[in-house]
Amino acid sequence: MKHKSFFWFVLPSAVAMILFIFLPIISVVVQSLHVEHQQVIKTVESCDLFGCRESTTIDQEATAARRAEKPLGQFAGLTTYLDRNHIAVGEVGEVWERTNTWRDFGAQMLNLPFYKAIGFTMTYTFVVTPLVIILGFIIAIAVNSALKALRGPLIFFSLLPMMITPLVGALILFWMVDARGIFGTMLQYLAGDPELSVKASTPLMWIMLMVYGVWHSAPFAFIVYYAGLQTVSQDTLEAARVDGANRWLQIRHVVIPHLLPLTTFIALMQLMDNFRVFEPIVSFSANAHATSLSWAIFNDLGGETRQLSSAAATSVLTIIGVAILLSPVLVRTWRDFDRK
Amino acid sequence: MSSKLKRQPAAVSILVVAILVIWMILAAFPFLWTLWGSFKVEGDFFSKADWANALEGALTVAETGGKYTGSGFYGAWVQEEFWRAALNSIIVCFFVVTISLTLGTLGGYALARSTYRYAFWFLLAALIFRAMPPITLVSGYLPVFFDWNLWGHKSTTIIVLVAINQPFTLWMLHSFFKNIPAELDESAMVDGCTRFQAFRNVIIPVMWPGVITTGLFSFLLAYNDFAVTTMLLSKENQTMIPKINSFLGTTQTKGNVMFAVSAVVSVTAPLFLMVLFFQRQIVGGLTAGAVKG
Repeated sequence: MKHKSFFWFVLPSAVAMILFIFLPIISVVVQSLHVEHQQVIKTVESCDLFGCRESTTIDQEATAARRAEKPLGQFAGLTTYLDRNHIAVGEVGEVWERTNTWRDFGAQMLNLPFYKAIGFTMTYTFVVTPLVIILGFIIAIAVNSALKALRGPLIFFSLLPMMITPLVGALILFWMVDARGIFGTMLQYLAGDPELSVKASTPLMWIMLMVYGVWHSAPFAFIVYYAGLQTVSQDTLEAARVDGANRWLQIRHVVIPHLLPLTTFIALMQLMDNFRVFEPIVSFSANAHATSLSWAIFNDLGGETRQLSSAAATSVLTIIGVAILLSPVLVRTWRDFDRK
Repeated sequence: MSSKLKRQPAAVSILVVAILVIWMILAAFPFLWTLWGSFKVEGDFFSKADWANALEGALTVAETGGKYTGSGFYGAWVQEEFWRAALNSIIVCFFVVTISLTLGTLGGYALARSTYRYAFWFLLAALIFRAMPPITLVSGYLPVFFDWNLWGHKSTTIIVLVAINQPFTLWMLHSFFKNIPAELDESAMVDGCTRFQAFRNVIIPVMWPGVITTGLFSFLLAYNDFAVTTMLLSKENQTMIPKINSFLGTTQTKGNVMFAVSAVVSVTAPLFLMVLFFQRQIVGGLTAGAVKG
């Protein structure tokens, strides 16, 4: 394709992506280095019959002028990054001094908002991703050995947890594990504790969020593996059988090697998606027990006081996290392309 | 296949059936339960006394006289004006899908046909953009949108969703166009068509299966989005998902959690129908990326 026609064909989507993805990333970086202007305080002397008094008021005009002059705010360098809500250098040092054991240190660190968020985000990502892959694989093998006529309906119902809106799917599960819902009652019965409530317990909340994550994403791994299973060479399987391989050995030595490239694909998609975990925390109103990086940004942006600089700093840190997660894949894609 | 099943030892068959039954319960039961419960009153759906109340609806009978009640749906759709949110959702989804597909087909086609290195770099950049959590981008939009008075409008949200959608749309359509033989449009160009004429007369008639599949996923992204719509839309322009979230804030205190339950059921129904009718396309679309992978 000629350079010129390529340019015109790609232009509309390139403009959309530059304006609404690339520039916002730049704007987030710039914004995270600034803080909002402080209000200008002026001292007014007011005199009346009883003498003169000094009082301080906010000089609205001067504040507005200062804002208009520098709409970005005051340049602050890295201070937002280093404050208590982000990397919290001072607090981490203090905790380090105060605590003696690693366990204690970890527990204290989870009281700092940023470390609380990153702690849950990382745990969620690295627990849910492997579980999704394993569960998806098991379901795919099971569906593949079911009768052909049953497979359509099986796939239909399997797709539902994935296609459902994350916020809505999480709500549906949340209502069921509510202390007054069906699973919640069942849990109370099984644990023999009528006061048991998922909402009130941090470990249970973490587990529930991860259960939701696996429930929501396992269908994706299932569908990809199921499609892969349709292309397993029947000849190789036949040969393995002739050589006396039982079902397990066939899976171990023929099916799994065939599906391995798909696993890389699923793992990549899942790492990217799980790292942005957000909606279930809103649905479960779990923020007292677990927060994620996305939730922290959402929390800064919402509400009466929009803390734009704080949100921007967390965003930049999140983007750095995504970049670290993505780098092995990028390197691999690039090498593959070079080989061609 | 049935012959293969017969060859399995009994233990394996039982294991397979057990796995499938458990998975089907996990996947489908929550939806059926919520659908059933949405026609009950709150005292039954969240039953302190006896979980079986939710099935039989003891309190529903006591409070409304019938075994089923539509009061949750009435409250959500009429009283809390959920219909307005539904209308907004339809508008947003329609425009997001049409605009993303228009931009995506043009871009995806060019990326599939170009042999130069920059086409690869373009796709790689799109992959990086795909990995950005939307909420990080939102924190970049807000100050600018406030300054320029763009905040709150449906059209702003539509354009933002189109842009966030582009990387995925481009990747997907690019791999679909790769499967359409290049000889097709090249022969048209030999016959004197320009590149755009070849695209319009030769490629557009054969691209629909890929476009429909991609369109389904664009629709899902717009329909399911919460992070962007909740931050960028004003109250009267809210789509269904942020509206449900606002129910949780306001109505839980009023004891009208059933509004949210019936709204959730209303949001699920179209998705259910979509999976029912387009199952083949969805499965095809999910695996298209993997097979290339």
